[in-house]
Amino acid sequence: MNPVKKIPSAIRLGQIAFARSGDKGSGANVAVFARAPEKYEFLRKYLTAARVQRYFKPLGVGAVQRYEVTNLHALNFVLPNILAGGGSRSLRIDAQGKTLGQAILEMKLKR
Amino acid sequence: MPSEEKSSSQQPAASSTCRIGNAQAFWGDSVDAPARLVSQQPDLDYLTLDYLAEVSLSILAIQREKDPSLGYARDFVEVVKSLVPHWKKGVKMRIVTNAGGLNPEGCARACRDALQKAGCGHLKIWVVDGDDVLPIIRERSDEASFRNLESDDPIKTVLDRLVTANAYFGAEPIAQALKAGADLVITGRVADPSLVVGPCIAHFGWSATDYDRIAGATIAGHLIECGTQATGGFSTDWLSIPGRDDIGFPVVEVDAGGSCVVTKPAGTGGCVSVPTVKEQLLYEIGDPDNYLSPDATVSFLDLSVKQAGKNRVRVKGALGRPPPDSYKVSATYRDGFRAHGMLTIYGRDAVKKARLCGAGALQRVKRAGYALERSLVECLGAGASVPGVKQAVPESALLETVLRIGVADHRREAVERFSKEMAPLVTCGPQGVTGYAVGRPKVMPVFGYWPCLIEKRHVKPSARRLES
Repeated sequence: MNPVKKIPSAIRLGQIAFARSGDKGSGANVAVFARAPEKYEFLRKYLTAARVQRYFKPLGVGAVQRYEVTNLHALNFVLPNILAGGGSRSLRIDAQGKTLGQAILEMKLKR
Repeated sequence: MPSEEKSSSQQPAASSTCRIGNAQAFWGDSVDAPARLVSQQPDLDYLTLDYLAEVSLSILAIQREKDPSLGYARDFVEVVKSLVPHWKKGVKMRIVTNAGGLNPEGCARACRDALQKAGCGHLKIWVVDGDDVLPIIRERSDEASFRNLESDDPIKTVLDRLVTANAYFGAEPIAQALKAGADLVITGRVADPSLVVGPCIAHFGWSATDYDRIAGATIAGHLIECGTQATGGFSTDWLSIPGRDDIGFPVVEVDAGGSCVVTKPAGTGGCVSVPTVKEQLLYEIGDPDNYLSPDATVSFLDLSVKQAGKNRVRVKGALGRPPPDSYKVSATYRDGFRAHGMLTIYGRDAVKKARLCGAGALQRVKRAGYALERSLVECLGAGASVPGVKQAVPESALLETVLRIGVADHRREAVERFSKEMAPLVTCGPQGVTGYAVGRPKVMPVFGYWPCLIEKRHVKPSARRLES
């Protein structure tokens, strides 16, 4: 049986992954790490740049770029302009993207 | 005092590993951490301390305006004093820090005076500077140069408002100082991982073109530059981290090939595991095949991360290529003023009430004659960290929120006018407004961040010994 099929059809990302985010000027990155190799295949297939871009659209994110880091079972998402100015300029409580890792782990991921 | 002789800066023989710790991730991190780390791990070869975030130098610029002898992280002088007993006991650990900020020479002098007073005047202090490129930018600001790396805007849009502009130097001047016997190397702006790469080059005698080794040391530096973020802090699984109230600062044991083991002192809290190390590896990373540093362009794509004992994780397989021809420059410019005010609102429809309070306060500022350039009303507790992203609990179910109003304007007086409109909400707002104890919001200057590039040939790093 394909191990990917053992994962239910809709899950909360935090059930199969951990994450970390940080700022890069007025953008940010969020890295998502599979908790097991077979879960990485699931992430690679379903956690697309388009889905992440749609999820963070209300924050004004630009074109999301996804990098596969297979050796770490990780996907790294670069999120331009998500911080409304970033650093000392943004008026938001999270001007540095510290919370984006926790936010993405709340995403419901459908096949 | 034989101990003093021992602690003088003879070159250590190149041993098989170079043990480097970090005990300061940013300006404002624990001030006790350096002395604690050294007492927990007295066999450190090098201690690195990072004080400079992207806009830290603009804060130092304000200090320097008030007193030209300042402009550096003054906390570091206290750290140096706290380490005196360890040097007197004979520890050989040498310090590499960017605490010099805008004034490495001034920082070095303050450290020298403190060390002389404490009977450690024999320690050799080196200064690395030359990273201040503001005069060069002012002279050569043609249309094509120094464009904002994010927006591609030309520098002329902020030229008359620039406050600081500093190039991120690499490891070379640090290595030069250490090879010459420095006990303390105090720099201005350098790339964070270079604080670790410099000691490795000096320790192992690598050449500047040993790119794979330098890439490995760059990874080691990146892993420890944020202190306890590598040892359990900031973890997704923070609730399962042991000893959270005393997380040990990280130590890397770099070998001659550039691989490293990430660890922490025995008996400290936190943990070093494959997940904690992986998370830190990709922290603030863009393209993992092209991590740009002034010492090498690094690929993360062949790295292996394996547990190699309790609280020991081996990281190997970094690949390096030549670095870019330019230094990255972090410039800051004045961008008006801002203030934030907060009030707690409790009760039914708390979020709805909070939004109306926020809109009302801004309306009153407008009526007073100031249409603010930027403003934002947030309801903390209702998902304000990621505005618009669907929350598990609907707003209408919340009985409590913290109203946070932020404003920004180039006119100081407009922001000041806003700061007077928070307190009236206690009596004109809904029932259940509380928490107005901190007084009026403080008006703060805003510094914009301007990342750009400068060709290496325009800049010359300087490393020199501070005369005693």
